[in-house]
Amino acid sequence: MFKRFSLIAMAVVLMAALALAGCGQKEAQKTTEESDVIKIGVYEPMTGASAAGGQMTVEGIELANEMYPEVLGKKIQLVIVDNKTDKTEAANAVARLIEKDKVSVIIGSYGSSLSMSGGQVAKDAGVPVVGCSPTNPLVTLDNDYYFRVCFIDPFQGKVMAKYAYETLKAKTAAIIMDISNDYSVGLSNFFKKAFIEYTGDEKSIVAEMNYKTGDQDFTAQLTTIKELKPDVVFAPGNYGESALLIKQARELGIDSKFLGGDTWEAPEFIEIGGDAVEGVAFSTHYTEEAPVTEVSEEFLNAYKNKYGGKEANAFAALGFDAYLVARDAIERAGSADPKAIRDALSQTKDFKGATGIITLDENGDANKSAVIKKVEGGKFVFVSVVEPE
Amino acid sequence: MTFQLFLQHLVNGISLGSLYALIAIGYTMVYGILRLINFAHGDIIMLATYIVFFGILIFSLPWWLAFIISIILTTIIGVTVERAAYRPLRNAPRISILISAIGVSFLIENLSLVIFGGRAKSFYQPHIFTKIINFGGVSLMSLTFIIPVTAGILLYCLTYLVNHTKTGMAMRATARDFETARLMGIDINAIISLTFAIGSALAAVGGIMWGLRYPQIHPFIGIMPGLKCFIAAVVGGIGNIPGAMLGGFILGLGEIMLVALLPTLTGYRDAFAFILLIIILLVRPTGILGEKIAEKV
Amino acid sequence: MADRKKFYTGISLLLFILFIYWADSSWDGYKLRIFNLCGIYIILALSLNLVNGFTGLFSLGTAGFMAVGAYTSALLTMSPQMKEMTFFLKPLIWPLNQIQIPFFPALIIAGILSGLVGFLIGFPVLRLRGDYLAIATLGFGEILRVIIINAQGLTNGALGLKGIPKYTTVWWSWGLALLTIFLMVNIVKSSYGRALKAIREDEIAAQAMGINLFYHKITAFTLSAFFAGIGGALLGNLITTVDPTMFVFQLTFQILLIVVLGGMGSITGSVIAAVVVTILMEALRAVESPMTIGSLYIPGIPGMRMVIFSVLLMVVILFYRQGFMGQREFAWEWFSRKGRRHEQSAGS
Repeated sequence: MFKRFSLIAMAVVLMAALALAGCGQKEAQKTTEESDVIKIGVYEPMTGASAAGGQMTVEGIELANEMYPEVLGKKIQLVIVDNKTDKTEAANAVARLIEKDKVSVIIGSYGSSLSMSGGQVAKDAGVPVVGCSPTNPLVTLDNDYYFRVCFIDPFQGKVMAKYAYETLKAKTAAIIMDISNDYSVGLSNFFKKAFIEYTGDEKSIVAEMNYKTGDQDFTAQLTTIKELKPDVVFAPGNYGESALLIKQARELGIDSKFLGGDTWEAPEFIEIGGDAVEGVAFSTHYTEEAPVTEVSEEFLNAYKNKYGGKEANAFAALGFDAYLVARDAIERAGSADPKAIRDALSQTKDFKGATGIITLDENGDANKSAVIKKVEGGKFVFVSVVEPE
Repeated sequence: MTFQLFLQHLVNGISLGSLYALIAIGYTMVYGILRLINFAHGDIIMLATYIVFFGILIFSLPWWLAFIISIILTTIIGVTVERAAYRPLRNAPRISILISAIGVSFLIENLSLVIFGGRAKSFYQPHIFTKIINFGGVSLMSLTFIIPVTAGILLYCLTYLVNHTKTGMAMRATARDFETARLMGIDINAIISLTFAIGSALAAVGGIMWGLRYPQIHPFIGIMPGLKCFIAAVVGGIGNIPGAMLGGFILGLGEIMLVALLPTLTGYRDAFAFILLIIILLVRPTGILGEKIAEKV
Repeated sequence: MADRKKFYTGISLLLFILFIYWADSSWDGYKLRIFNLCGIYIILALSLNLVNGFTGLFSLGTAGFMAVGAYTSALLTMSPQMKEMTFFLKPLIWPLNQIQIPFFPALIIAGILSGLVGFLIGFPVLRLRGDYLAIATLGFGEILRVIIINAQGLTNGALGLKGIPKYTTVWWSWGLALLTIFLMVNIVKSSYGRALKAIREDEIAAQAMGINLFYHKITAFTLSAFFAGIGGALLGNLITTVDPTMFVFQLTFQILLIVVLGGMGSITGSVIAAVVVTILMEALRAVESPMTIGSLYIPGIPGMRMVIFSVLLMVVILFYRQGFMGQREFAWEWFSRKGRRHEQSAGS
């Protein structure tokens, strides 16, 4: 008796779930037919390991949506879904945005591996995606529907090598990378290549050490590096681990200069690192000291108004730009048709965004300048702009 | 490798090892009695650090008061977990209680993620713990002294409690055989609750020390320390308090020395702990200091 | 009666194949993706259920075996050009950089390799019991992941693989799911399966009855690893990209959740739970998006889905330990009055 009851109960739940999915679908179709709105989908990691980056990016996207809520005389509706920092979920999320919500263009995602799994779905369905901060070169490779508003790892690695060699006059460098993080591995390799090229000395990289995301003790690696006394230490990685790493380096008495990448630009990096991160330098996408365009200023003021005096960060700025680039493409395409938007996106040239002037190249990558910042007095301070070659 | 460099590695190893040891003691207490891997132990460590964080940030408590409150609240949480998730399954198959432990761990992690958010926060470090002392080129934090001393004091108190008091005798009896202990008039539920209270308080102390040493907290912070300290407890001899301490030091020193002496194997650091565990389980399942027990039939 | 049952089974199988055909031709990409995942999770859940539910060995290594399967199939099916582009830091070792084979043999090799790894791991680990076995298999899953991260010339390390051909269709995933169900039913009904259950109920008694414990445990473990490898390969060829962060412990947890909800030791339970959990995972997205009920605006709370699933697991394990099906199986007798009585006497 009980068994049959539970079987029926389960069947009801199943059917309800399917019916729910079906209903949602119908509703979505209706709204598109009426087409009083244009939908932009967003898939970002709101939970899981990359939650911080995803949340910062979404802040920027929502801000842009508030400031520019319309295109072609229609309202833009954001559909934001969480991808849980999980590849399967990321693919599901994109499929859902395309089939169920019928979005015209998609923005996302923080984390290159998530972008890659979502990208394939979008490519198959023929819906364009604008990435905010996935810097791995593989993301746009062999995918005509993926674009991004950020620069890519090879450029970023080179920028820091150039900075180390030319500005800091470094002759030797050590590398500590997060071996489980594609971003860190890629950046470290490009830095190494460029630094050896600049110094002309194969032995200028004195040590290559590694750790894994989630590690908290780096003393063994750092003690080894201390002995070698490199001029600079290149240690790109998640801001949390990097801050701990630099802190432990200072406790061990290492006084080499630490260099990193754009992930360091989070307020938590300074909070966790404290005095230890004073003087570290990193490359990033955007600065408020030397606004590249008038849009930068606009973004900055709006961000401070909306998020109560919080410092704006690169990810919010990139989210903001991704939205604007997508909106601009819809405007130029003159319709909400994904194919037309894709073509318009690929023509994006000299677009003035908060993070600089964006021109998308034949791969769909943004060709734009990088900014070098350092930490001074508990704040991120602008150092210089490095133009692309 | 110079002697000074070796000394620095040694200090690093002891510093990490004493942290592992501190947490492993809490693990071994619980395991000794219930024979259950308390997967939630690591998450209780995480909660302890968050309580301190919010105590200082929202209620602007002085740090020492925040620490004490955190230990008390964590103890309550630990006992509640046992009441709610483990006690109802006391007579269930072992597999059920193990799944329950995994379930509690995931519930705490996901709930914390929703409540606290996924962004890492910074743990407050009072200056007296982070003072850097330099001994002829070997630098260490004052915390490096404080942790082993704390662990030593706790170790002494616990061995006294377990070996020389009535409660301790009841604990040992419960650990050996539930039914017989019950027949002898021991309230095993009370004893188990007490064990969880002590275990959780130790987790809180361990968590706070961990936070002081590695001042970055997020909802998944407890997973790796939890697993590694369980391994330390098994290596030393599960249920054996000095053994847990020894296991912690072996694991901490081993990890540091692996990276120091064989830098090419750095990437396999986490694998080291698990391989050590598997070897110990196969060669000497009762651990280094554990006594050999005949298989119960 | 037996003939009639076979007839029913045949008819429903035929109807289901028609259903797959209909789904394949008329559903959109999103629904098909979920439908695919249902099939893959059935395979994975049955794989875990074979060791956890039927043999009573608490293993937590599924994610590691899936990784082996997914990487094997990916490396065998990717085109040499794609491999060259993907491995841009360190080239893929010879001869893998030249090889490209069709999906079916790649799947089989993925399963066999994963089974082999399971066999090698099982040898030392299966001497352990209960909690120790759980933690040791968890450890091996983690070690496999660490190896994948470090072996850059073979796996591309943290950069992961991209551009894996999307071979997995509903025909593959559900075809293999049905095949797995068929094999599993036969394994469980055989004398071998009865020996496994005997080990689950009481190892010492089973040994006294002359059952070779180690032989039975290791074959179950190897078979489980084989199916996990197939499931992993299907998943990799569905989402077309893999990297080491996919195969963390959370993935094993998700499959464990399915097995526990469905009932440890029930094939029917695992199948139903796999479908329900996969659909719910998507349907529950509603609780994470902002809602307006009347004039009340509730902002979206990301992460609520996993909280709901964790609570669900706790409720089931505390109050309804048998899961949805316990150790019972589907039978055609359910639909006849006589059968119900029969089953009541045979059940429990």
